[in-house]
Amino acid sequence: MTEPLLSVEDLRVHFHTDAGVVKAVDGVSWSVAPGETLGIVGESGSGKSVSALAVMGLVPVPPARYESGRILFKGRDLIAADEKERRAIRGKEISMIFQDPLTALNPVFRVGHQIAEVIQAHEKIGRIPARAKAVELLGEVGIPNPRQRAREYPHQFSGGMRQRAMIAMALALDPLVLLADEPTTALDVTVQAQIMDLLIRLQADRGTAIVLITHDLGLVAGHADRVLVMYAGKVAELGTIDDVYYRPRHPYTLGLLNSLARMDQRRTDRLRPIIGQPPSLIRVPPGCAFHPRCPFATDVCRRDVPALEPKDGPDHLAACHHADQVELQQSPAAS
Amino acid sequence: MGKYVVRRLLQMVLVLFGASIILFLALFVIPGDPIATSQGEGHQLDKASHDAIARRYHLDQPLPQQYVGYVGRLLKGDLGESYSYRRPVTTIIREKIGNTAKLAVAAIVLEIALGIIAGIIAAVFRYSFLDVLVTLSTTVAIGVPTFVIGLALQNVFAVNLHWLPLQGQQAGRESIILPAITLAAVNIALVARLMRGAMSEVLRADYIRTAYAKGLSKRVVIMKHALRNSIIPVLTYLGISFGALLGGALITETVFNWNGIGLALVGAIQQQDNPIVLGVVTYGVAVFVVVNLIVDISYAFLDPRIRLE
Amino acid sequence: MTEVAPTQSPAPAGEITLEAGAGGFGNVENEATVLGIRQQTQFGDVRRRFFRHKLAVVGLVMVGLVFLAAIASPVIATRPPKAQDLTNTLQEPSSAHWFGTDELGRDQFSRVIYGSRIAVTVGLASIILALVIGVTLGAVSGYLGRGWDAVIMRTADVFFAFPLIIGAIVVILVMGRGVTPVVISLGIFSWATIARLLRSSILSIREAEYVEAARSLGAGKWRIVTRHVLPNSMAPVLVYAMVSVATAIVAEAALSYLGAGVQPDVPDWGNMISAGQKFFGFKDYLWFFPSMAVVFTVLGFIFVGDGLRDALDPRLR
Repeated sequence: MTEPLLSVEDLRVHFHTDAGVVKAVDGVSWSVAPGETLGIVGESGSGKSVSALAVMGLVPVPPARYESGRILFKGRDLIAADEKERRAIRGKEISMIFQDPLTALNPVFRVGHQIAEVIQAHEKIGRIPARAKAVELLGEVGIPNPRQRAREYPHQFSGGMRQRAMIAMALALDPLVLLADEPTTALDVTVQAQIMDLLIRLQADRGTAIVLITHDLGLVAGHADRVLVMYAGKVAELGTIDDVYYRPRHPYTLGLLNSLARMDQRRTDRLRPIIGQPPSLIRVPPGCAFHPRCPFATDVCRRDVPALEPKDGPDHLAACHHADQVELQQSPAAS
Repeated sequence: MGKYVVRRLLQMVLVLFGASIILFLALFVIPGDPIATSQGEGHQLDKASHDAIARRYHLDQPLPQQYVGYVGRLLKGDLGESYSYRRPVTTIIREKIGNTAKLAVAAIVLEIALGIIAGIIAAVFRYSFLDVLVTLSTTVAIGVPTFVIGLALQNVFAVNLHWLPLQGQQAGRESIILPAITLAAVNIALVARLMRGAMSEVLRADYIRTAYAKGLSKRVVIMKHALRNSIIPVLTYLGISFGALLGGALITETVFNWNGIGLALVGAIQQQDNPIVLGVVTYGVAVFVVVNLIVDISYAFLDPRIRLE
Repeated sequence: MTEVAPTQSPAPAGEITLEAGAGGFGNVENEATVLGIRQQTQFGDVRRRFFRHKLAVVGLVMVGLVFLAAIASPVIATRPPKAQDLTNTLQEPSSAHWFGTDELGRDQFSRVIYGSRIAVTVGLASIILALVIGVTLGAVSGYLGRGWDAVIMRTADVFFAFPLIIGAIVVILVMGRGVTPVVISLGIFSWATIARLLRSSILSIREAEYVEAARSLGAGKWRIVTRHVLPNSMAPVLVYAMVSVATAIVAEAALSYLGAGVQPDVPDWGNMISAGQKFFGFKDYLWFFPSMAVVFTVLGFIFVGDGLRDALDPRLR
């Protein structure tokens, strides 16, 4: 593994709401190296997007508060950095694309203008060359007739084209890191595949590090190098794709895998969903947050929060008191 | 776009047609004898001169014919003749419209400048001291009727402090300050509230997050991306509120003895000079309808989604 | 004038609690608020939110006081409102005459108290009239659609083209001054917004799934309208009506102030302000107290309207 480009260390982001303190991110660490793809997987409400938004400095403070942690990028701590410094990084060195490309683009400005805007925000470049670069980028992300399309408004684009435009905007300045928050969730299945292919191609050309945030384990399996599984604001498991998919050490990961339709699985097997609902982040169960839904749960799980510890090798971490038993109960794919 | 403008134009013609019927009915179904009234009490007219006046004001024709004649005259810009001044209403309006327009423009400028700025500040610094101040003062301002605001301003700034003239237009530029604030006050508050609401909602939109993610400064995000989206409902409101502005102008001109068409209208109501009343009302309705057409069209320029419908 | 633009898109009441706080910074706030929010019964929820709104409760008390003054005028007033006392003209406020006396020696406090009767009568009656016309036409327009819709909405456009005060003046011109003409004039120039609001509300609700469900179960048109569509579309109309009462009270005072409202001898706030203006600068209590009465009443209704709006649609806070 090469030196990490961006690393999040023991990050805690809590939202202070009227109803109570929401521990959206509660002691999470991850890192991503140049050219690498890290998948962050979790159910909605697991806090998986918040750490990425924290990297961008887009978590609204208040109600949010950074309780602890560092976000290191090129040796600097972004949490400690001032707004001017962070603004220079946003969109240029680290950029982000979002789930719904319709609402993520401003409806009253032309698509080409919105792309040119990010270029002009960071480079001393005139309006006309910036516009030309925007057209070029639209072509690069596979939008036919880009010159004309650049003059259109977002609502004139289809869902897939809007996400392509978002990608063009995010990659306009060749950022080192791209945070992709559910980039394909709002799209049709066939379009999903096209968008992922586009991201992989652009990543190969530019050596961009990608953090792929999704609830879709299948998407991560196909495109990520390493995967981080989050549950109730904490890391449940972290490891390479092979580690996590073939030797899961956390019952939650196991549950996710069991509820996944897999090409390599015998068709007679039935999908097994995880029983129960993810917990309220205001009232996280004591001990291991997963214990109410966990088939392995014992008294120790109800009492002590499990530490995130190496299993099998130094790069495969899991936070489970009964990681050894999980190994015994293999996922169907490995049997 | 062209289609949209044409459709709105047709709609406007329809509205003006409907309004003209209402006004015509009001003009000619008014009970009593306007001719006798206009002569003043105790002033008897003989039959011949009564008929002559009736002919002069087309009061002797059957109603449908009168309506056709009425619309025909309207289209030529003829609003009839004042009973008491014996002069064309159009001339009277032309003499006084400048003063009213000055007042209205000053008020609109105040509404836009103060209302929008206050609304933006309140939305951007939500729940801060400034927001509470804006919210509180606008809440109170909305409840205070125009004439009360006018009287209170006169009392403080003219009678007690002697900073500004009490009424009239003799003092030159200074004399418009109090009337303009009076006329604008309620709308400043409403625009500020509306702007605060629209801006707060827009600031939560995904595209605002995108704009920040691009590395744009807060100023650009708010003054460009957010403002352009949140100004649309405010603009619609300014169009609608133009009617209230005309009503408010009546009151403001009365309070400040401002020699505009509002004051002429109020005087005419008291003298039962119906042609002036209806002429001014007709004029007001037409201006209101045209202003709303302009607002709707500029609205389409601001929001590309409307343009294509 | 307080003509409040109906900017809120009506939200079907059932969804309210679920949508609370949605939007936010996308995922962040969703993830934070989805939890722990239960859907409660609709009416209880609205009532609870209304009474938690401090200003709304204050408004309710203010409106209550005005109603009390109107109903119990003869008890509260210290003198008959038209009783002249030429030995005590233009008296400054004192313990004998709390709000002073006018040039005919009439007790201003008693006239202000009696003035609440005109304000309340005109405010309520004109809006009830506007509601009767507006709700009927809006419901027909929204539910029957087609030709009805076109005719009613174009008619609404015509009435909309008259600014409230100016339209009212035309009616007063035809009918003469008085309480009834004022009520009618304000009513017929206020229904258009109500009809429009209700129509758009109905259009969004009649396509809702529960209406579809009722239809598929064979419920008749009339039953669907009265039992399902109307109750659910009325929320924005009620909020608007509450604020319109304030608008109507201001308009009435303004009309009387301009000499186009109720008869000049009637104890009415607009009349009193107009009459008091003659002594502007040295007998300011003459216009001050009736002005404050208008402000007090109008603010009361606006606060109640605001509270009602927030209670019915908390997303707008």
